[in-house]
Amino acid sequence: MSDRGGVVAAATGAEALSTELPVGRSAGWWGMVMFVATEATLFACLLGSYFYLRFQYGPTWPPAGIEAPKLLTPLVMTAVLVPSSLPVVWAERGIRQGQRWRLQSGLAATMVLGVTFLALQASEYAEKLTQFTMTTDAYGSLFYLITGFHGLHVMVGLTMIGWLLAASLRGGSFGSHRHERVRNAAMYWHFVDLVWVAILFTIYLSPRL
Amino acid sequence: MSLPVEKTAGLTMGAARDARRRGLPRRLPVLATLSGPLLLAGCAGDAPSALNPGGAGATRVAGLWWLLFWISVAVFAEVMAVLAWALVFRRGNARVRHGQPLRFVTIAGAGLPFVILVVVYGVGLRDLAALGDGPGPDAPTVEVTGHKWWWEVRYPGASGATANEIHIPVGERVKVRLRTDDVLHSFWVPQLMPKTDLIAGETRETWLRAERPGSYRGQCAEYCGTQHAHMAFLVVAQPRTDFDAWLARLDAPAREPRTDAERRGRQAFVQGTCAACHAVRGTGAAGRVGPDLSNVGSRWSLGAGAVPNDAGHLGGWIANAQTVKPGNAMPPQPVDAAELPDLIAYLRSLE
Amino acid sequence: MSTTTTPPPGVSAQDLARLAEHWAERPSLRGWFSTVDHKRIGRRYLVTAGFFFVLAGLSALVMRTQLARPEAGVVSPQEYNQLFSMHGTAMIFLFATPMLFGFGNFLVPLMIGSRDMAFPRLNAFGYWVFLFAGLFMWASLPFGAAPNNGWFAYAPLNQEQHNPGLHMDVYALGLLFLGISTTAASINFIVTALKLRAPGMSLNRVPLFVWAIVATAFMVIFALPALNADNLMLFLDRRFGTHFFDPSAGGNVLLWQHLFWIFGHPDVYIIVMPALGIVSAVLPAFTRRGVVGYPLIVLSIVSISIISFGVWVHHMFATGLPQLSYSFFSAASTIITIPSGIQIFAWLATMLLGRLVLRVPLLFVIGFVVTFVLGGFTGAMFAVTAFDQQVTDSYFVVAHFHYVLIGGAVFPMLAGIYYWLPKITGRMYHERLGRWAFWLVFAGMHVTFFPMHLYGLFGMPRRVYTYRSEPGWDGWNLVSTLGSYLLAVGLLLVLVGVVHAVRRGRPAPPDPWEGDSLEWSTASPPEPYNFPALPRVHSLHPAWDERTAESLGAGATADRILSDGRRTLVTSELDAHPERAVQMPESTLKPLVLAGALLIFFTSMLLAWYPAAAVAALAVVATIAVWLWPPRRPDEELGVTG
Repeated sequence: MSDRGGVVAAATGAEALSTELPVGRSAGWWGMVMFVATEATLFACLLGSYFYLRFQYGPTWPPAGIEAPKLLTPLVMTAVLVPSSLPVVWAERGIRQGQRWRLQSGLAATMVLGVTFLALQASEYAEKLTQFTMTTDAYGSLFYLITGFHGLHVMVGLTMIGWLLAASLRGGSFGSHRHERVRNAAMYWHFVDLVWVAILFTIYLSPRL
Repeated sequence: MSLPVEKTAGLTMGAARDARRRGLPRRLPVLATLSGPLLLAGCAGDAPSALNPGGAGATRVAGLWWLLFWISVAVFAEVMAVLAWALVFRRGNARVRHGQPLRFVTIAGAGLPFVILVVVYGVGLRDLAALGDGPGPDAPTVEVTGHKWWWEVRYPGASGATANEIHIPVGERVKVRLRTDDVLHSFWVPQLMPKTDLIAGETRETWLRAERPGSYRGQCAEYCGTQHAHMAFLVVAQPRTDFDAWLARLDAPAREPRTDAERRGRQAFVQGTCAACHAVRGTGAAGRVGPDLSNVGSRWSLGAGAVPNDAGHLGGWIANAQTVKPGNAMPPQPVDAAELPDLIAYLRSLE
Repeated sequence: MSTTTTPPPGVSAQDLARLAEHWAERPSLRGWFSTVDHKRIGRRYLVTAGFFFVLAGLSALVMRTQLARPEAGVVSPQEYNQLFSMHGTAMIFLFATPMLFGFGNFLVPLMIGSRDMAFPRLNAFGYWVFLFAGLFMWASLPFGAAPNNGWFAYAPLNQEQHNPGLHMDVYALGLLFLGISTTAASINFIVTALKLRAPGMSLNRVPLFVWAIVATAFMVIFALPALNADNLMLFLDRRFGTHFFDPSAGGNVLLWQHLFWIFGHPDVYIIVMPALGIVSAVLPAFTRRGVVGYPLIVLSIVSISIISFGVWVHHMFATGLPQLSYSFFSAASTIITIPSGIQIFAWLATMLLGRLVLRVPLLFVIGFVVTFVLGGFTGAMFAVTAFDQQVTDSYFVVAHFHYVLIGGAVFPMLAGIYYWLPKITGRMYHERLGRWAFWLVFAGMHVTFFPMHLYGLFGMPRRVYTYRSEPGWDGWNLVSTLGSYLLAVGLLLVLVGVVHAVRRGRPAPPDPWEGDSLEWSTASPPEPYNFPALPRVHSLHPAWDERTAESLGAGATADRILSDGRRTLVTSELDAHPERAVQMPESTLKPLVLAGALLIFFTSMLLAWYPAAAVAALAVVATIAVWLWPPRRPDEELGVTG
């Protein structure tokens, strides 16, 4: 896309100075990588705490009185959330080529999937809360903390996506030369997706192993 | 300056280390300034000093300490010599040299320390294994429960309980089973054994072995709240026969009152608010909130080391323990001025 | 693509005028609150952390006064317990790390030849959050509601049931709040060092101080989440009835300790590492040569930051975990002393080969070597499990970590204050005053803390508000107390020296020490744009290197002057090849607004005004959304095709 010869010249040319031509990784990209790294560590600590408490607890897990989580709802949730990364990828590729319609429709599709995920989570909570709450025992505390904390992240991700969509609909925000915010928000969304897979394994699948 | 007390014959390794400890300062007079304060350990008399061990576990650790200490002295001398050299010869007009003595840095900074640390690690593992090598299954056992801020002490087989005072037979390994009723505490008798924490929801085990009869001061070593400072206890090591006699008394009812004052005191104790929290064996008082007082008259202190155990302090404690040990669980007692001397007399008689 | 005109060599007066126009911040009240200049922010970090240091130090003096004699009644147990908890918490979280981040903020852009941090507004935000979180925590003390469970706040004593009142809520929320600042600053340091280095400053020419700051920042990124998770669960347990640390409902009290120390041990190095970086930065000027073994030191910095994540259990050697785990963690804790050994001997070798210039900064470096080595010995002793079990939680460990933290962090900071004071304030300090301060601080430190080894070994546990008279305790405690007054006088002299320099000091030249790194290649204090022309770096010691010097003067070219806007250069991560010039943000009040909204959020959470907290949370989201809202640009500039 750009002429890589004469790096200094490329870096200081009129066009390079006024746009975000992809010459190397930007500061914003690295910033988001580091932010995601620290967030991922936070989730690792929470999931680690889950396993620590589980293996310190004893043979029956979940503790007596709480049945092992059912798989149907979480699997549907996975089927909704994980593919929601695809429209983001498609949208990001689109705006790199200057296709604003792809950005907008991709983000909209992701929003629909994300909101569906949260609705499914709400319905799962409605069912679970009749069985146990976060004050029932340590298992309940872990379940609601981890899934709730992830749900919060989905909400933050959706806020970012909605924000991008709003900025894009206003016009004059993104194009083939300026799409760093799209890329960073996309990275965050992919992260939120990936964390869900780890949660699916920890909360829903591991008690059945 | 007197050096630590004699050792029994069983403690050959400790004795050998003691010899080294006495010998080295004389051989290295230059270091006397450094080690001088540490030798005050000897002057510490009956201080609960880890350097004045009275039992197998602490003796081992004291030996380990002197090994670590002398290694540190040697390496510190090396570093100071290099620094002094630089300060003396590398000032003023010294010509700057631009070499990169990586070999010197690697050998002095990594190679030598590595060798020393491997040795130290090996010795440390050996001593860790020794500390972990507890008594057999039929060894005498003490059950210690930590409370904010006192120690409940029970013996399997004896119905009674005592507080802040652990009696053990001398020369035997005694198993100590540790539980806590509330927050974390740590069981530490510096002269006998390193620490073992009391973990809420779990049981921990350690052991004690005193080589000579006597009292060894212990104290809670994990911060446990307002009165962490006053959560001391005493380990009393006595010959086997004395211990057995003491344990038998712990199983029997408390001493009967002999005077009228004591009898009135007992009545006040059993019928008043005391019995709600405290127990005295053989009476109606069976409270489990505070310490069992069946032998309170002979204990070394009141309030787990807060004040000496005498009539004046006891009276003050009963009237308002909050001024003596602020924050403890015992509220001020509405005791009649007339009743108080009787109560004191009764409790003092419980030996 | 190529530029059509060749720029003239050197920086013209016109360039300077334009740079000043683009970078200057008007000296108004609004300007004071809205600045994003890393130098002003760095100075604020230093001053604010210094203020918290004074508060925490005064707490310590009260404690030492109480402990001067057995059974003293200077403070009540409740007061003492709050004082020692605030002392530790503030020294670790509100003084040590922010102070070093203050040095980092001021120095990193200067040392790498940049005009600001990568994210200047985030930088300002980080400062405000630090300030507010610090005030949030200290404000609890006059209300008698300060944290009272030690700086590591073990469960279950941190639970509502055992510790009612706001004390531990202040702790949990305060540290979560502060964590935002520390994380933001760390991300900023990493990205700045990766992307904003001057052309030619490839990784093997990065100053050791910058290496240290970056390694520290990486440790923060991976260690701090453990503390945040811990405090999140603590707050939920206390306020909303969860059971993470409640063994009667499936929780576990040791979970707190594991998570805390997974953070806590790296945190020791988070504090010490940048300070060691200061030592490496100060030494060249006072030994007249570069530090010996640059690659070895870099290697040891990197290995410490990795190994430090594998040693946390040595803080739990008395909790009764399996012996096998003790053997492993004992080995790891033993090994981690070796990289520190390498650094010590690299510095010693530097002194042996160079020519010592005995000014105050070097005195503090020598004081550092003596003290830190002693702390290192006792540190290695704590890796030996059996010995650790005997002396942990006694005054021996108090002695140990004050040797490490005062020796390993405060002495280098003081060396750094005297060394960079001319650069930061543009004034020289008073040498004799500085020497007095050094000797008083050095003597005070050892008189205070050396005896603690002794009464620790004599069986005195830490964190006791009073003690019974015991042979070997009384006298040495009195000595410690007298030493602490001496130390306080010495530190007061440091403060007097700084104030004296600012008020009366003679003006400092750009390079009073003939230092080796780039901050000495520009004015004292630096102009808002740092460098009239960004340097082209040709060696590890750019300020001693003629070609680099030339690139700043006669050899300056327009692509490094960048006077047509508020710009700096972005370069590649490894080799620092120029990639492009980027526009830097203007001053703004948004960081302050965002930090203020967070302060309202955390205060509302503390006081259980949850609707107010919800409103504040919305304000946070809205502020961020406005902050990052893209400016409207024409489609042609954006490159929109459909």
